[in-house]
Amino acid sequence: MEYFDSSRLNALVLLVLFCVFVLAFIQRARSGGNLFIRRIAGLNAIEEAVGRATELGKKVLYVPGIMSIDENQTIASLAVLSHVAGLTARYGAELDVPNKDPLTFASARETVKEAYLHAGRPDLYSDTMVHYVTYDQFAYTAAVSGTMVREKPAANFLIGSFYAESLLLAETGQASGAIQIAGTAEVAQLPFFVCACDYTLIGEELYAAGAYLSREPAMLGSIKGQDWTKAAVALVIVLGAIFESIHIFPGLKSWIGIN
Amino acid sequence: MTGMELFGTWIAALLTLCLMSFLYKDNPLFRFAEALFAGVSLGYYIGITMDQTLRPNLFEPLRDSGLTLETGHLLFAGLVGLNLYTRYVPKIAWFARSSLAIYVGYYVGINMVQKLQGEVLPQAAATMVDLTGGGSPTDALNALVVFIGVLTVLIYFFFSVEHKGVFGKASRVGIWFLMLGFGAAFGYTVMGRISLLIGRINFLVIQWIGGTLQALGIGG
Repeated sequence: MEYFDSSRLNALVLLVLFCVFVLAFIQRARSGGNLFIRRIAGLNAIEEAVGRATELGKKVLYVPGIMSIDENQTIASLAVLSHVAGLTARYGAELDVPNKDPLTFASARETVKEAYLHAGRPDLYSDTMVHYVTYDQFAYTAAVSGTMVREKPAANFLIGSFYAESLLLAETGQASGAIQIAGTAEVAQLPFFVCACDYTLIGEELYAAGAYLSREPAMLGSIKGQDWTKAAVALVIVLGAIFESIHIFPGLKSWIGIN
Repeated sequence: MTGMELFGTWIAALLTLCLMSFLYKDNPLFRFAEALFAGVSLGYYIGITMDQTLRPNLFEPLRDSGLTLETGHLLFAGLVGLNLYTRYVPKIAWFARSSLAIYVGYYVGINMVQKLQGEVLPQAAATMVDLTGGGSPTDALNALVVFIGVLTVLIYFFFSVEHKGVFGKASRVGIWFLMLGFGAAFGYTVMGRISLLIGRINFLVIQWIGGTLQALGIGG
């Protein structure tokens, strides 16, 4: 039995590089270093959306996607949910989080409960805020669409992993007049959110959201680490393209592309 | 079509019309179909999980082989799942978080390697193109578009630097590439949705109306 698969050495090198960058930046952030992250428009609009809901006396609807917590987008969505729940706790706005996946439901409930506790308003928290609907994708969509039309939330957050229901939800929310902030890394669904929502977190902006909102050193460090890994990959791409163009070191491209 | 099949078709057709009535506005028929759909699907998935996941993968192996080294991991997984219910016992509610932590940690580790191996590295290799196009101007242009597109989109997703100056211009080009891609994806998906609608209208016209007329002995 072989314990080392040499065909995966490329992934190991990138993984080690990534971990080194992330750990180094987390260390730097913890020792008080100032780590800059550029402005992300959709995240700055969250407070405005919750404030609007508070003024209108209407609820804030947060849809954490339809996938389980084995999906990175769902985990990123829970980080944003924590921030949104903190704001609704502070402003006293009503929050509604319908769920499709049972594990996401359990995690979302913990997240919201903790956010209310952290905001010093555990009295405003209720288990009914985060509720389970059904596991069927379109039954869930029909139920959430119904909520949007009947209860007319002032702010809709569609953040996480979405599939065919993305346009149905975004379009219904848009027609109901709510301010909508969406975010997903599903490339096929992003066009719908870009068209039907006021702000959209595109792809990796969603993953950066947690760090951007919390400013927690560990999360900021990981964003910086990812950026440096991206820079390293970009550099390898540029070198690879130059080598391919002048026909030297053909092994680099094939080694990177081993799959 | 048998009588029972026709009955099923009528139920499906009426529920389809109830749901489509949402296009006009929210109404009691839509609400009825929505509640029925959510309730039935929830019950159905509980049955499916019991019958197709828990029974063959947990209950039967444990019943048939007992607790051995080979089946021990199943018991562990089952206990991790059961642990989620401790949230309903206030004194030990915090314990449920350990199951979630195991689940998240396991999949983050798996996903990280999968994404690198399956997405990042193949994409990087595919972008290492011969920018001269091997002498063909169209291939050179194609290679240049791919190369500039990938690099500028990467720059757009670079969070450590303010998007100003040359960096800002490059990220602007990146967002244009993204929007062009989104436009193409939008058109492609809308075409797919139209074909779904055609499929549903076919069901209403051919199976429902046609089937009913056939059962009544009217038409072919």
